[in-house]
Amino acid sequence: MSATAETALDNTHSDEHHGPAKGIARWLFTTNHKDIGSMYLWFSFIMFLLGGCMALTIRAELFQPGLQLIEPEFFNQMTTLHGLIMVFGAVMPAFVGLANWMIPMMVGAPDMALPRMNNWSFWILPFAFTLLVSTLFMEGGAPNFGWTFYAPLSTTYAPDTVTYFIFGVHMMGISSIMGAINVIATILNMRAPGMTLMKMPLFVWTWLITAFLLIAVMPVLAGVVTMMLMDVHFGTSFFNAAGGGDPVLFQHIFWFFGHPEVYIMILPAFGVVSQIIPTFSRKPLFGYHSMVYAVASIAILSFIVWAHHMFTVGMPLFGELFFMYATMLIAVPTGVKVFNWITTMFRGSLTFETPMLFSIAFVVLFTIGGFSGLMLAIAPSDFQYHDTYFVVAHFHYVLVPGAIFGIFAAVYYWLPKWCGRMYSETLGKWHFWLSFVGMNLAFFPMHFLGLAGMPRRIPDYALQFADFNQISTVGAFMFGSAQLLFLFLVIKAIRSGEPATDQVWESAEGLEWTIPSPAPYHTFSTPPEIK
Amino acid sequence: MDHKKTVTKLLLAVVCMFGFGFALVPLYDVFCDITGINGKTKGRYELSDDKSMTIDESRLVRVQFTTSNNENMPWEFRPVVSEIKVHPGELISVDFFARNPTDKHMVAQAVPSLSPSQGIDYFHKTECFCFNQQALGPREEVLMPLRFVVDKALPQELRVLTLSYTLFDQPVVSKVENRADALNFKIAAH
Repeated sequence: MSATAETALDNTHSDEHHGPAKGIARWLFTTNHKDIGSMYLWFSFIMFLLGGCMALTIRAELFQPGLQLIEPEFFNQMTTLHGLIMVFGAVMPAFVGLANWMIPMMVGAPDMALPRMNNWSFWILPFAFTLLVSTLFMEGGAPNFGWTFYAPLSTTYAPDTVTYFIFGVHMMGISSIMGAINVIATILNMRAPGMTLMKMPLFVWTWLITAFLLIAVMPVLAGVVTMMLMDVHFGTSFFNAAGGGDPVLFQHIFWFFGHPEVYIMILPAFGVVSQIIPTFSRKPLFGYHSMVYAVASIAILSFIVWAHHMFTVGMPLFGELFFMYATMLIAVPTGVKVFNWITTMFRGSLTFETPMLFSIAFVVLFTIGGFSGLMLAIAPSDFQYHDTYFVVAHFHYVLVPGAIFGIFAAVYYWLPKWCGRMYSETLGKWHFWLSFVGMNLAFFPMHFLGLAGMPRRIPDYALQFADFNQISTVGAFMFGSAQLLFLFLVIKAIRSGEPATDQVWESAEGLEWTIPSPAPYHTFSTPPEIK
Repeated sequence: MDHKKTVTKLLLAVVCMFGFGFALVPLYDVFCDITGINGKTKGRYELSDDKSMTIDESRLVRVQFTTSNNENMPWEFRPVVSEIKVHPGELISVDFFARNPTDKHMVAQAVPSLSPSQGIDYFHKTECFCFNQQALGPREEVLMPLRFVVDKALPQELRVLTLSYTLFDQPVVSKVENRADALNFKIAAH
């Protein structure tokens, strides 16, 4: 009751038609969810290119056995920064950007719940990553201990720049936590009248659950880097066996964060794909309720499987078995989701526009990544696969065609709504096929390399691995250059694309398609009626 | 719209989870202690009741000792005997040799670990140099005692127990001692 009164008050007070401020001030001080969403997306794309350049440096060095281009120390810095930048700089901010743009429009809210905090959570990020990336130019070099920063590599043996890394992670954590609080408050408090939880689009559902995961684990990450900080500078011994601590404890705390983190990176992509597949199948999503429950089960299970990352630390048999079976259990809700996506497409009148192509590739390739995950979950075989390229192949199969294809699909799907112009379908298809072929060329051979015993995180390798590594490098460069095409086609669409209709896609459903294209600066100042 | 309640609850959750991260540190120790995983041996064992004094002559258990130095630890450190055969229930005393070859005062801490970990509950140390830190002056050497009893309840299938010690430098403590030394020297010179 008070909410409606306040909305009415808002309407009388706000100057309805004021647009964005001019110049740089618009971006620095904006509290508009669309502006902030765009900044998140552009930021994450810059980080994606930066992290991608690092990946290509790694792949270029691995083109041939022996050391050609870079020193092993620098190679380690590249693998570390590539991982950190892609996880915290590219994938997570991209999803927060999508959340900012889409969640208010999908639930019929005028903006995010806490617009000023929203501005702050974005503007922390450039500083956090400047802090992290600036270590490359410092004496001693950037962090070189892998993105998992296992102690004592990251404490006793760390370069001095580890302190920059720690504060960088603190800042990224603060940004993510604020973003998550904002998403939850928006979804719980600002849905249009009549939009019950079970009427929410799946993208909103997956983000709600993701935000709770963020709230639960980002503080643990902050805790673990704080412990590192104290071990490095204040003489504590959390992870130092000499002082009564335990390095294995680091791995437990890190993966308690790290495993839910991988779902943080994939659940919103599940949501995106669940929006897109029904649209281009011209059928409603099959099994909406089971989709929601499956996402929730995956999120809950993600808290009890962390030690499958550390089967080889010397766990007791009971631990190995528990974490093995718990991990395999996750395949059940994931299987439900894959089944529902396929059933949605089954006997639909399919068309294959670029968002749909990326979504179908997502379903197929993410499932491959899921299966290699099941192989890794088998504790006795994990002893063979542990720390080999098989692991690299696995997590790139869930992150590249998983998270990143999900983001591409989302951008193609909603870009016409954002900028009011269509992208070029021809260029979009080129981008898709180059990415698809490049990505498979880059990562599929890594399965074989891993099974044959090539360890991860090494700049040099035995001769027999040369062929697969060369294929992989060629694929990586193909995938990388395809992203420049993506940049070009997005800019082209924004500047000179064909005007888009309000509906954009023939059978797209949801509140975001009821507003004009491009979406006006302020939408849903009066909440829409949900039937 | 009023988001205060939601935000307060969520911030509280954030603070709790930050605390939980730190709570994992003691929880982990407690968990390892209860389950006996991680190879950490127990603290001092008190020989008190009479039944612990009877010896099971019918069984012999091999107890092996291994030592290693953590990196940058220059001490010589080794068991005087590397393996003995003991009857369960027998109170055994062995020595470990340590020598500080440097010119400095150094403080060391030995951290024990027992393998297989199923044996941890049955390996009782009544005295161990690992209960304290060890301080040695320049080129000083010492024999450090370990007294232990293997419990008669040790499962039959366990025939060999391996106790390993890793010796760690304690540079912070050593530094303080060296500084104190230097100070004493100065005072003496005066």
